[in-house]
Amino acid sequence: MKNDYLLQIKHLSKSFSGVKVLDDVEISVKPGSIHALMGENGAGKSTLMKCLFGIYKQDEGSFYLDGEEFNFTDPKDALENGVSMVHQELNQVLQRTVIDNVWLGRYPRKGLFVDEKKMYEDTVKLFNSIGVEVDPTAKLADLSVSERQMVEIVKAVSYEAKVIVLDEPTSSLTENEVDKLFQIMRTLKKQGIGLIYISHKMEEIFTISDYVSVLRDGHYIGTKKTSELNMDTIINMMVGRDLEHRFPHKAHKVGETVLEVKNLSTYYKPYVKDVSFELRKGEILGISGLVGSRRTELIEAIFGARTKASGQLILNGQEIQNNNTVQAIKNGFALITEERRETGIYPVSDITFNSTIANIDSYKNKIGLLQNSQMQKDTARMIEKMRVKTPSQKELIRALSGGNQQKVIIGRWLLLNPDILLMDEPTRGIDVGAKYEIYQLMLDLVSQGKSIIMVSSEMPELLGITDRIGVMSNGQLAGIVNTKDTSQEELFKMTTKYL
Amino acid sequence: MEKLKNLKNMTSKDVKEYMLNNAIYFVIGAMILFIIISEPSFLNFNVFKNILTQSSVRLILALGVGGIIILQGTDLSLGRNVGFTAIITGSFLQSHTYSARFYDTLPDWVWNTNSLGEVVGFEWYFYILVLILVMLVGAFFSAINGFVVAKFHVHPFLATLGGSVALYGILLLYFNTSDAGPQPIGSLDPTFGSFVGVWDVFGFEIPLLVVYSVGVATIMWFIWNKTTFGKNMYAVGGNPEAAKISGVSVIKTTVMVYILAGFLYGIGGYLEVARVGSANSAFGFNYELDAIAACVVGGISFSGGIGKISGAVAGVLMFTVISYGMVYLGIDAYYQYIIKGVIIVAAVALDTRKYIKKT
Repeated sequence: MKNDYLLQIKHLSKSFSGVKVLDDVEISVKPGSIHALMGENGAGKSTLMKCLFGIYKQDEGSFYLDGEEFNFTDPKDALENGVSMVHQELNQVLQRTVIDNVWLGRYPRKGLFVDEKKMYEDTVKLFNSIGVEVDPTAKLADLSVSERQMVEIVKAVSYEAKVIVLDEPTSSLTENEVDKLFQIMRTLKKQGIGLIYISHKMEEIFTISDYVSVLRDGHYIGTKKTSELNMDTIINMMVGRDLEHRFPHKAHKVGETVLEVKNLSTYYKPYVKDVSFELRKGEILGISGLVGSRRTELIEAIFGARTKASGQLILNGQEIQNNNTVQAIKNGFALITEERRETGIYPVSDITFNSTIANIDSYKNKIGLLQNSQMQKDTARMIEKMRVKTPSQKELIRALSGGNQQKVIIGRWLLLNPDILLMDEPTRGIDVGAKYEIYQLMLDLVSQGKSIIMVSSEMPELLGITDRIGVMSNGQLAGIVNTKDTSQEELFKMTTKYL
Repeated sequence: MEKLKNLKNMTSKDVKEYMLNNAIYFVIGAMILFIIISEPSFLNFNVFKNILTQSSVRLILALGVGGIIILQGTDLSLGRNVGFTAIITGSFLQSHTYSARFYDTLPDWVWNTNSLGEVVGFEWYFYILVLILVMLVGAFFSAINGFVVAKFHVHPFLATLGGSVALYGILLLYFNTSDAGPQPIGSLDPTFGSFVGVWDVFGFEIPLLVVYSVGVATIMWFIWNKTTFGKNMYAVGGNPEAAKISGVSVIKTTVMVYILAGFLYGIGGYLEVARVGSANSAFGFNYELDAIAACVVGGISFSGGIGKISGAVAGVLMFTVISYGMVYLGIDAYYQYIIKGVIIVAAVALDTRKYIKKT
C-alpha cells in the first residue's frame, strides 16, 4: 500500500513533572510539501521536535516514516534515517570549511588520505542541484548566518533527507536572504522532500507553506490548508482563549517619568541602534520582538553589561553613567537575566547565599567579616515575602522548582532595594500557577512605586500585565504602544518593521 | 586581490582590531630587530644553525602537544614523558666500553662483533628497536591521559597533572633499578651520539636534528590536513557536539590524538638524550612549558579547533630566536625568565581576545 504521508506523528503526549506540555498532538507531512508549525512560545513546538529527534522520550504516541513506525535514539540516528533539523542556533564547526562540515563524520578516502577532490566535486554537485551559491572552500566563520544555514540544508540533503525541519530559519536573515532560502525550499519540495517550517512570521507562512498546523499550550488545535486561512484565523487558532484568569487584577497607578533612555546604541555586535524611550514611575513597560531582535541586548546595555557606542541615560532628571554593572546597581537598577541556570542562580549553593550574594558587602561587620545572623534574617524575610516554597533556607537552590528559583532571584535583587527592575523573560520555563504568582509580585512592586522593564516573547503575557509595550525590530525600537489600545496583530506587524 | 580590497575598506576600528589581533608578531618582530641592531653579529650562519638545532626537538614536542591543544586540552605530563623515554633510551644505549652501565648484561644478539668475536657496538636494528620501544612507552602513558580525559571528562589540566606526578614516580622506580645504582646515565654509545651530528652536503653541514624535525613536521602536516583522523581532530576541538552528531567518535579521536602525541614524546626523548649525552631523573622537567608556549605564540589556540603546523613551526622558531638572542646579548638569566613569561601571557591574552564574544 502506498502511503500518502512521509512523516506522521500520532497521539503524542509528554509531561514534565506532572505538567502536560504535549497533549495528543498529531502532525502529518506529505511528500513534496511545506508544512508550517505554528504556536506561541511555550506552545510545545520545541518539545515536539525534541521527541521526534529522540532527545526526549514521549509518554504516549508514535512516529511513522513512510508508514513504518520508528523511534530515533538521537539526532544522529535521525539524520542517518533521513530526518534532519536545521536549528536556529546552528551546530557547526566554525573554524573549518564548508566542505569539511558537510562531510564531517564520513569523509571519503583514497588510500591513506581524505579524497578532497571527490568531496569538492560532490559538494559542488549538491550545491548546484538545489541552487546554493556558497564557496565550498570558505571557512564557516567567514560566512553569513544565511549561508551557514544553506550549508546545513545541503548537509541534510547529502544524507538523502526525506524530511527537513527548519526552526525559525529566517529570524536573522535579510529580505533577500529569505527569498533565496524560499527558492531553495521550493527546489527541495519539487524533489519530493517534506519540510516542516517553524516560524512566527505570518507573511512568510502565507508565502511559502502549503499546510499550517497549530499548537496551543501543548494541545493540537488543527491542520489546515494555508489557502483556506488568513492572518486572523491563524491568530485565533494560536491565541483563542480567554486571558481573564491568567493574570492578576491591575490596580496600580503610573506616575511621572523616572528614566529617559536617549539614542542608545551598542558598540559591539549584535547592535542596538538608536533606541530612545521613557519609563515612568510605577509602570510595567513590556519589550516585545522576535528572537534576534535584540531585546536582551537593549536591557543589558541599559544595565551596563554591554559597551555603549552612544546614548544617554537620565534618571530622575539627572544624567547617569551605567558603564558597568556595579555602577548600574549603585544607581538603583537590577537585572533578572533570561538564562536562569546560566547567569542567575548559583546552583550548588544554598538559598541564603543565593539571596544575599548581590548585596554581600552590606553584611560586613566592623572588622570586615560577614554576619551570618543578619544574612539569615534577611533571607527568612525574603522567603516569606516572596512566598518561596522551601523546607529551609539551607536548601540548595537547584533543588527548588523553576518558579521558586525565580522568586529567590527576584528576592535577591529586592534586598538591594532597586528602583528600576529589568526583567528578561521572567516567567520562562515556569508553570502557569507560578507565573500568576510572579505577575502578582510584579504588580505589588509597581504599586510600591518601583518601575519594571520586562522583556517577553509571550504576547498574552505582555498584553495581560504591562502598561505599555515597546517593540524591538532588528535592533531598533519600532514603536511604543499603550497596552490597552493594542492588539497582537498590531504588535506582530511592528516586529517586522525594520526587517 | 580580495585582501587588498578589504584592506582599503577597513575603518579605523578594523585597523585597531587588526593591529591588536596580530600584536604578538609585531612585538616579537620588534624584539628580534632589537637583538640584531644591538649585536649585528647575530646575523650569521652559525647562529642560524644553532637556532635551528635548538628548535628541532622542541618542534617535535610542540607538534605533539599542539594536537592536544587543538582539542581544547593541554599536557602537563609532556616533560616527564620525555624524561622517562630519554632515560629508557639512555639505559639501553650506553657504550659497551663503559663499566657502570645501567644494564650490566644485555643479550648477545644486540651486540655487533668483529671477526675476532670482539664487541664493537650495537647491531643497527637495536637502535631502531629502542626507538620503537620508547615511542610505545610514550604513547602508552599519553593514551592513559587521553582516555581519562575523554571517558571520565576529567579536565585535561588535572588529568595530565596527575599523570605527570604518577609518571615521575614510575620514572624514579625505573631509574633505581639500575645495576650501577641510581646515578646519571652517561657515556652513551658513540654511534648513537652520531645520530644527532651533521650531514655533510657538498661542504654544507646540515644538523641531522633539523632533518629529523623537518621530516616529522612533514608527516604531521599530512596527518593533520589530509587524513580523516586529522579532520576529525579539528572538528572535535572546534565543536565536540557537532562532531558527535555527525557520527565522529569523540572518545576515539581524543585518545588517538594523545597516542600520536605520545609517539612524538618518545621520539623527542630519544633524540634529546642523544643530543645532551646523558640523563638523570630530572631530565625533561618543564619541557612542556616551552612546547606549549611555542604553540600558543604560533597561534594554536586554547579555545580549540584552531592551529596549523606552520604556526607551531613559527612559534617554536620565534621562541627560540628570542631565547637564544637574549643569551647572545648576555641578558641576565633572571630577566630572561621574566621576558619569556610575559611573552607567553601576552600571547594567550591577545589570542583569547580574538575569540571571546565582546559585549
